[in-house]
Amino acid sequence: MRIGDAKQSYEADEAIWTSSTQKFWFAVFLLVLAVFPFVADAYLLYIGCLVGIAVISTTGLNILTGFTGLISLGQAGFMGVGGYTVAWFSLHTALPFPLTLLLAGLLTAAVGILVGLPSLRVKGLYLAIATLAASVFLHFIFAEWQAVTGGMGGLSLPPAHLFGLTFQSDFEMYFIIVPLAVVMVLAAKNVFRTRTGRAFIAIRDRDISAEILGINLLRYKLMSFALSSFYAGVAGGLFAYFYRVVTPESFPLSLSIFYLAAVIVGGMGNLLGGILGAAFMTLIPEMLNLLTATLTPFYPNAPVFMSPMLGIIFGALIVGFLIFEPNGLGEIWQRVRRFFRLWPFRN
Amino acid sequence: MILECDLTTTQAVGSDVGAASGKTEHNKNILEIHNLSLSFGGVTALRDVSFRVPEQGITTVIGPNGAGKTSMFNCISGFYQPQQGSIHYQGKPLTGVKPPARAALGLARTFQNIALFRGMTVLDNIKLGAHVHMKSGLLASLAYFGPARREEMAVRREVERHIIDFLEIDHIRRQPVASLPYGLQKRVELARALAMRPKVLMLDEPVAGMNREEKEDMARFILDIREEWDVTILMVEHDMAMVMDISDHIAVLNFGQVIAEGLPADVQNNAEVIEAYLGTRDMDSLRHKLNPESEVA
Repeated sequence: MRIGDAKQSYEADEAIWTSSTQKFWFAVFLLVLAVFPFVADAYLLYIGCLVGIAVISTTGLNILTGFTGLISLGQAGFMGVGGYTVAWFSLHTALPFPLTLLLAGLLTAAVGILVGLPSLRVKGLYLAIATLAASVFLHFIFAEWQAVTGGMGGLSLPPAHLFGLTFQSDFEMYFIIVPLAVVMVLAAKNVFRTRTGRAFIAIRDRDISAEILGINLLRYKLMSFALSSFYAGVAGGLFAYFYRVVTPESFPLSLSIFYLAAVIVGGMGNLLGGILGAAFMTLIPEMLNLLTATLTPFYPNAPVFMSPMLGIIFGALIVGFLIFEPNGLGEIWQRVRRFFRLWPFRN
Repeated sequence: MILECDLTTTQAVGSDVGAASGKTEHNKNILEIHNLSLSFGGVTALRDVSFRVPEQGITTVIGPNGAGKTSMFNCISGFYQPQQGSIHYQGKPLTGVKPPARAALGLARTFQNIALFRGMTVLDNIKLGAHVHMKSGLLASLAYFGPARREEMAVRREVERHIIDFLEIDHIRRQPVASLPYGLQKRVELARALAMRPKVLMLDEPVAGMNREEKEDMARFILDIREEWDVTILMVEHDMAMVMDISDHIAVLNFGQVIAEGLPADVQNNAEVIEAYLGTRDMDSLRHKLNPESEVA
């Protein structure tokens, strides 16, 4: 519980965590993240890494779709660009992973700017179709540009390395993925307490008046595309290091829809919601698998029965969320916080 | 502070309209509109419109609904491209200057149907107004600590001290704009326009739909802005009592054409204006309508 929060400076007032309670719980959260790999089993560790990658990519898409209001179905394609960039540099150069990931992000950002060019003219569903076309086009390049991408067979790459250390197992990869996810989410949070973030939101809410208020629409829309694609590129690069192989089928169209669903389920324009959405979308299929495994001793037919059910349950959960919680998981989190604000004296 | 404001307001409102505008008539014009024509397909919105906005005063554009007042504003903001004519701002033509660049030059405005950003708090909406005067790029924003934070804090300080305090909206600064009543939303929009550090402040129906108390507050703010900020006000408004009380200069539009321009007193007695408003030359009933004293009561 906390009582009052008198601030003495604007700096303190505009901090991400404005109370010592919030700082305490964030420290606890970081501690849990740090201890997790030492106590978790192999399966949980694998899931942890997947959630970390999903969080980065979802945050990227949230910047573009949730905050700037530009619907994109190109996320999988962008992740593919990042994945192939990392694979190519790992195979042809001896660059350490921070540099390959940076290059992956930058190259993907450049591709994102190109894809974003029509966004000044087309909006909404039309932009979704334009990005879908870009995604299909990128997929075609991955499959056909044999010399660089290895065609349908894809590329196998050596493990990530830095200063002679190699990062091979899930345990080692965790220490790349999760800190990077934390830093990138915090960086995104920073954007939304400065003029850049305000410009993105203004474009989403009322693009015409935003322009009359002095925001250059093309510049900021492309900036949003670039930033979002940078996140997607880094996530794709981590994906490549994690699985150590990239093929055109690593980045199917359904992956774009997966991330769009994560943004919507988590809460559009809510960074914390995006994190929850990414975790939710990654964990639910795994939980359903777990459910099948627990049911099997009692109903030997459970796997046969459950496997077609997985998709249905998954879909029903998403539809349920849209109906009962249109503002997403982020909104639920806000409600929980409000409940505990003056707890136990009032709730 | 509040008491002081009230005093200046009363003085300005109470003073002779002709005398108040007398001094501004000598000033040079900050905006000059020359022979502006605008049409959408076959519909003519503005036809050969010319008028001027003297520096430092309050200029009001009046006219019946559909006369082209908001189209005029949209031409000045750069949202519409007129087919003919030109707009000169501080002596230079604005032709070809994009809307964001016009905002940077000091042309700020509010909108007839409030155009606040509903996903942001009051404070963020106002800070957005300062966008053109800030420099932080994407990388500085990502890092936050350092130049971006310094700039944000400077803007926050300015907004808090000169705008939020001035417009008496400190109690709502944390609230999302969507939850505010109409009158306050209008005030937040004015705050956002002030954060643009305008040289010309364009107000599109600042008191439309307000009750009397809210109207009086808004009139007081507009007069205070003229007194305390180095700014010219260009306003579109239907509330004749307020227009006649606070304007220094009035232009009357009807069917896309300027039919009269000048001091409030002159415009009030112009036969063409009277006909545009009432469709009649019955001067007595019209004087009654245009006369502030009888209207306010």
